[in-house]
Amino acid sequence: MSSETLKLGKKKQSIFIDKVKELLPEGGNLGLCLTCGACSSGCPATGLEGMDPRKFLRMASLGMDEEITSTPWVWMCTMCQRCIYACPMEIDIPQLVYYARSAWPRESRPKGILGSCDMALRNDSCSAMGATPEDFSFVVEDVLEEYREAQPEFKDMQAPIDKKGAYFFLNQNSREPVTEPDEMVPLWKILHIVGADWTYGSKGWGGENYCMFLADDEAWEHIARTAAKQADELGCKVFLNTE
Amino acid sequence: MKIKFTVQDPCQIVRKSFGDPIADDLRFVVKTLVGEENFIDMTPNKSNNYCCGGGGGFLQSGYVDARRQYGEYKLKQILATKADYCITACHNCHAQIHDLAEHSGANYHTVHLWTLICLSLGILGENEREYLGPDLADVAVYGA
Repeated sequence: MSSETLKLGKKKQSIFIDKVKELLPEGGNLGLCLTCGACSSGCPATGLEGMDPRKFLRMASLGMDEEITSTPWVWMCTMCQRCIYACPMEIDIPQLVYYARSAWPRESRPKGILGSCDMALRNDSCSAMGATPEDFSFVVEDVLEEYREAQPEFKDMQAPIDKKGAYFFLNQNSREPVTEPDEMVPLWKILHIVGADWTYGSKGWGGENYCMFLADDEAWEHIARTAAKQADELGCKVFLNTE
Repeated sequence: MKIKFTVQDPCQIVRKSFGDPIADDLRFVVKTLVGEENFIDMTPNKSNNYCCGGGGGFLQSGYVDARRQYGEYKLKQILATKADYCITACHNCHAQIHDLAEHSGANYHTVHLWTLICLSLGILGENEREYLGPDLADVAVYGA
């Protein structure tokens, strides 16, 4: 638990928490805090940057907008939702954190998250590592060929891209095709053995969505829709998110 | 071989999506793979589990020291099980829990669920063992 005492300055006009309440169902219960501390006592981010979930919520309630929209703590909360799970009033603190992230000027948000989001916007792969659809299909085909030859039980194994009418649409974290392609294979083998009818998409195959973590709603939606549209156009029934 | 395993419940599919039933499914699979007697659960777990610190973009945020400090909760939980392996069914969890061990010098391995499934089925080849420790590296190598 953080021990620093809050010092309230002159009366400020509180707008941030009211805006957030308007956006959330039931106002996110943001005004119902009993200050019990169940959130903070079970939060691994408690103490980082002198902040914790209860303190963050109380500061928002007190109208300390400048402080809560500038603390880097919002990038250290993983929005894992353990606080709302533990909270007797089900207060949606993670959503408050999300909106605090979105209050940062885009270019001031953490470089790594920003870069990964922008990379995903470069082409239709939506890969945070910037791999193109051509890169992806080259790696998948190359690795598949190698394993079909080397491991006879898997000579008929498939790893299709854009197979029309496949039942499952599977996405793929970019880390495997880009840095450790052999790690794609165990999952292919499992799908082969159980006889699953599946496909990757040439568009929207990247499983990670750093635009969501960046709190860039428009870019997040673009990435989610690119993948969903590809699955729909192929006529897939189930979207399997492996991320 | 008396190798012990624990499992990390991914916040994303457990607490934030399907709740305890999918955490129970995960345990059914893991216990079937490694044997009931070789599985040790962390406490707390399932919907009440602690996030490892790999979620929400933390891995790419640049706040490395804060991320590892956050991960202390998870590191202590894993070490308390005395397990040789922590199974992770989520990419972010895998990266973070692997890093926590590397950085602290902790003596456990971090392994994808798919690796263990294939190992148990006897279809895991020699190039698919990046995250297995020396104790399992040569066990049931497919094609060898």
